[in-house]
Order: sequence, then structure tokens, then C-alpha cells
Amino acid sequence: MASRVLLKKPFDLGKIVLRNQSTMSAFEIQHKTPLIKKVEAIPVALYGGRHAVTMLPGGGIGPELMGYVREVFKYAGAPVDFEVVDIGDENKELDYALTSIKRNGVAIKGNIETKSESANVVSRNVAIRNELDLFVNVLHCKSYPGVPARQKDIDIVIIRQNTEGEYAMLEHESVDGVVESMKVVTQSNSDRVARYAFEYAKRNGRKRVTTIHKANIMKLSDGLFLDTSKRIAEEYPEIEHTDMIIDNCCMQLVSKPHQFDVMIMTNLYGSIVSNVVCGLIGGAGLLSGKNYGDHYAIFEPGTRNTGTAIAGKNIANPIAMLSASVDMLHHLGHTQHAELIQRAIEKTICEDKIHTPDLGGSAKSTDIVQRIIDHILQSDIRP
Amino acid sequence: ASTRTVGSRLYSSEIKKCTIIPGDGIGPEISAAVQKIFAAAKVPIEWESVDVTPVRGPDGKFGIPPAAIESVNRNKVGLKGPLMTPVGKGHRSLNLALRKEFNLYANVRPCRSLEGYKTLYDHVDVVTIRENTEGEYSGIEHEIVDGVVQSIKLITEDASRRVAEFAFQYTKENNRRKVTAVHKANIMRMSDGLFLRCCREMAEKYPDVKFEEKYLDTVCLNMVQDPTQYDVLVMPNLYGDILSDMCAGLVGGLGLTPSGNIGLNGALFESVHGTAPDIAGKDLANPTALLLSAVMMLRYLNLNKHANIIEQACFDTIKEAKYLTGDLGGTAKCSEFTNQICEKIAAAI
Repeated sequence: MASRVLLKKPFDLGKIVLRNQSTMSAFEIQHKTPLIKKVEAIPVALYGGRHAVTMLPGGGIGPELMGYVREVFKYAGAPVDFEVVDIGDENKELDYALTSIKRNGVAIKGNIETKSESANVVSRNVAIRNELDLFVNVLHCKSYPGVPARQKDIDIVIIRQNTEGEYAMLEHESVDGVVESMKVVTQSNSDRVARYAFEYAKRNGRKRVTTIHKANIMKLSDGLFLDTSKRIAEEYPEIEHTDMIIDNCCMQLVSKPHQFDVMIMTNLYGSIVSNVVCGLIGGAGLLSGKNYGDHYAIFEPGTRNTGTAIAGKNIANPIAMLSASVDMLHHLGHTQHAELIQRAIEKTICEDKIHTPDLGGSAKSTDIVQRIIDHILQSDIRP
Repeated sequence: ASTRTVGSRLYSSEIKKCTIIPGDGIGPEISAAVQKIFAAAKVPIEWESVDVTPVRGPDGKFGIPPAAIESVNRNKVGLKGPLMTPVGKGHRSLNLALRKEFNLYANVRPCRSLEGYKTLYDHVDVVTIRENTEGEYSGIEHEIVDGVVQSIKLITEDASRRVAEFAFQYTKENNRRKVTAVHKANIMRMSDGLFLRCCREMAEKYPDVKFEEKYLDTVCLNMVQDPTQYDVLVMPNLYGDILSDMCAGLVGGLGLTPSGNIGLNGALFESVHGTAPDIAGKDLANPTALLLSAVMMLRYLNLNKHANIIEQACFDTIKEAKYLTGDLGGTAKCSEFTNQICEKIAAAI
């Protein structure tokens, strides 16, 4: 792993980087290889062989789930240290969190509640995404075999524009009783997302990319998004590109979801489609989402729920947050730890079939976490 | 409210005139089927058929022929088949034009599981009520700077209040229990916030109807897992469009869902499926969607007895599953299906 190589032969790392580019983790590619835009490499937060990662517990079930992540990491021996930051409604606290993420490069977060309902206070989650320019959200929806769900064997990747679109949060009341809200779509962001989607499809052996839009009604905004996708599709002739209108897409998802492979769309449609697919697979507690920017990456549960109703009752499903932590380990390059935890999760859910109430079972969250730790301790391979 | 005064005018046993717009593709055959069924049920309605193919007006622009507009304005109630919007510039969407012309402010789509047509979801009984005039579909878009496009979502207090009032009234009249307002006010604080405030105000005026507000993502998540937890949903335009189509998908698609548009001075009931040009004229079409929309029209006109007879006949035919059209998995022709329904109606009267 990168950390061991660094300790043994620090000066040979440059040569090794160039030779082993194909075996480098995403984190190293992000920080050690030159980007197309000629951006300076940010120093890696690697202190004594251990990565430092910002942790934003958020509200509701966030803090307890983060506790489980720490426990599992302790038993798996993952070399990650967490820097916990709590955010309220103050801008100062938000700035501190952003500085921390910029320093560490990677973060794991729950859903942050913005207590104030005033229109001047931007939602904290949206603010973090916009400030760090995390322009794409990737949600890999894969069915777990042992989990009761409406549909089986789903394998859809939802790639969603994360910073603009309907979530621009630009609203005003022009006349008393008339409110306007702006949806912004830019050429550059659509371009980046489309390019990310096709590169992802190519790198992961995916055959088809579908753009979801409503360009028959919103001709300019969704039209721009659709045209950009089509233009970039021409550069990847081996990948099939289709498009579908969002209402038809939702109808198809509830009856025939297996026709979809990779889906790319703007912010609001992404929210709707990811929730629909998560519902089809078994619920909000199973999937994790990755937010990527040019410099930073944040990992979180896929459907961004605060779960205030079930907070503190020990019935929250910890799988989503644990999957997010596995994604984070993959990103940092600790592949063996990531696979260890992933295998333990799969054994617990698919073979042992221990489920929390939202999946129809009766186990507590702590039971599931304990079983995962047991699997980790029993596993033969532990670095 | 205004909708009720229209209905009360029709308490007498006089024959009511309704406009029917057959539409394109399979439109004419399913409209004929509906007319035949209504004749068999002896419904006191006289149909006035109009054509809405756009004609070039005196100003050179294409528009709905004035005869059609006059007819619907006179009769106040209409039934519309599927329309094909031709591709090409200089031509507005016909559906949009009809909506603007008759000020149709609420779209009602009841989605009920049909016994006899099995989908993954049983016992679905959801009604989506969607604001029909503004919201994200106001069509106000511009390119501010090269490569940056902005689209404006408009929410007004008047429109929100109207559709909220209609939703609560519909719930009360149809003996339903709960209204759920679907919104995204955590992100779009002012616009969806305004919509939500109007819904809350209306909720106070109808204390016997249960009211709750849910985020759009939560509703999507829960709807796909357990649709029985929702009853009546009220929401702005875009969310309504997507959710109503999704609910239609839960019960079997657009070929089985009725839809009604309620306006300030009239109502237009329509089938929302496409024109299906590949089976047009071959007597293979399924008239269920248009028939159920016509039943909604009868209820709107307070002709509940006839509505119940026709609806029951239709459900029984599908439940028996002996004469089903191609899209429901059978091999019967449209005329056979229609005749079955007529026989059942004759037996019931």
C-alpha cells in the first residue's frame, strides 16, 4: 500500500508512481498525477502512515452511525483517524468544517440539519457541496441478494449533477404573493458531469448511458444538459447513449428497472430517481453515495435522510454509513481493509440475514455491527 | 366554490351536452367505444364532437379552431382522447393551449389497482392532485451569459390556494381520509414554502381531514416500498407530473389511468396515453383509460348512479379476464371488450 512504500523508500516514490500508475488508488491518482487543468497537487493528509479524514456526524441518526463506523474501523485496523466537526447554523462553524475538509481532502458525513427555516440561511448540505465544488454525485445501486425487496438483481449507477440545477437556492419574491425560484444549468458543469459519466462507464465496463431530462417542456435548460450529453457521447462510440423523459423514466423504473445501466441527470431528478431506486432495492438504509469534486471527495449515505424519528432507538440501519466508509477506504487506497469490511457486511446481510426493522427484520443496529465485527475478527486475511 | 355551481345546474333530468374530442391515432375508436357504452347505460348525455387540429388563424399563427373553443365554453365539460402534437416550429403544444384557454388549474389522477391485472403492487389507491398552470412549467427561460441557462419556477399564492382548496374539497366529497402535501421546502424555501403555507391554511378550514406534509424524496422512497400509506397527494406542477406518472406505473401504466383537469369555469377529462399509431384503426386499442376518465366526468356532473354502473361493469370485465385487449395480456378486440361491458351494463340496469 502507498503508506508502506512511502515509509520504506521515500525518494523512489516518484519512479514508482510513474511505473505503477495503473495500480494506484483513486486518491493517489487525484493527488500525485498531473490533472488536465494543471492544478497544483494538494499535500496528502498522511501523518505517520495514517490518513486523516474529516467526520461530520450531522443530526438525527448521524452521531450513532458514526460511532459504529469508528468501532468497525478499530476492529478492522483501518489506518484512518477521524476529525469530528459539528455544524450548527453559524457561518463560522461551516467555514471551520470546510477548512478541515480542504486540509484532509476526504470527508465522511451524515445529513446535516439546518434548523433555521429562514430563506437567508442556505441549507448546510448544499453549502458544503457548492463551496467545495463537488460537482458530481455517484450512487451505485446494487441489490443485496438476501434482502427482501420489490425488485431483484438491480445494478444501476446514478450519476447526478450535484451543485446547480434546481438547488441553486436563488429565490425572490418579486410581488407580494408571487415567488420565483431559479434553476440554473451551465455548460461547463453539464460538460464535466457528462464527461465523468462516460469515463466511469468506460472504466467500469458499462454498456449504456441514459440521460434523464424534461427537455420537451424546459427546452433551454434541460435542452442544454441533453445536448451536452449527446455531444460527449460522440466521443465514446463504444458506449450506447439514449435519453428518456423523467416521467416515463419513473414509470419504467417501477415496472421494468433492469433496462437501465448508467443514468445521468440534473440535481432534482437525481434526488427523485435515487430515492425510487433505493426504495426498489430495499430502503434508505442500504446504499451509499459518493460526492466527487476536482480536489475533494465526501462520502455519505445515498438518500441523505436525517432519520430524526428513529434517532436514539437503536433501530437505524447502519449499512449505508458502513458502505460509505468502505467507499472511502477504496478511495484512500486501503483496498484490503475495504474489501474485508465489505465482505463482512455482505455476509451479515445476505447470508446471516440479520435485518433491522426497516428491512422487515427485528435486529437492533448494535446486533448488526457486532456481527460484522465478528466476521472481521474471524476472517483469515487481516493486514 | 365555482365547481359546485356548475354541478347543481344539472340536477334536472334534461339531457346534458358534452364536448368530445376524439383525438388522433386510436382516439376515434376508443371514443366510439365510450359513446357506445354510455348509450347502453342510457346516460343522459348528448355528445358534441369537435376537431382540434390546429388551423392557421388570421394572424398567421396556428391555434385551436374557434369552433372547438366555443363548444367547450358552452358545454363546460369535455372528454378528450389522445392528441398528437406534430413536431415542428411555430406550433405550441396543443395540451398546453387547451389548458391555458380554459384555465384548468388542477389535474386529478386517481390510481387504483385493477383486480385482474396483476402488478408488483397490490391495493394501490392513491389520488395525485397537481397544480396545473405554473410552477416549473411556466416556460420562462433565458440564456443570461453564453453557456449559462436559467429557468424560472413561478409559485403564486392564488394558484396554490386554489389547488389546496380543491384538494381538500375533493378529499371530503369522495370520503377519503388524508391529504399529504409534497414539497421540497428545505431547499426551495420561499417557493415551496409559500405552497406549503397555503396548504396549511386550507387544512385549518377542514379540520376533519387529516393533513401531513412530506418531502418529495421521502414520498418517492415510501411510495415504491409501500404505496398504501398514501391517500391524496397535493403538489406543485413538476413534482405532480413525475409522481402521477410513477403512480400510474404502479398500477399498470398510462393505458389504465384516468385523468381530469378541473378549471375555473369547466372541466376537461382526458386519457393520458399516447396515440399508438401502430395499432390505430385495427380495433386492438384498450378503451379503459378513456372510459374511466368519462366515469370521472359523470361523477363531476353528479350522475353518480350511472358512473357506478359503468365503472363496476368495466372492473368486472377486467376481473373476469376473459376478454382482455393486447396491452393487458389478452387477445380480444376492442369491440369485443366494449360489447362485454355493454352486456354487463344491460344486466345491471
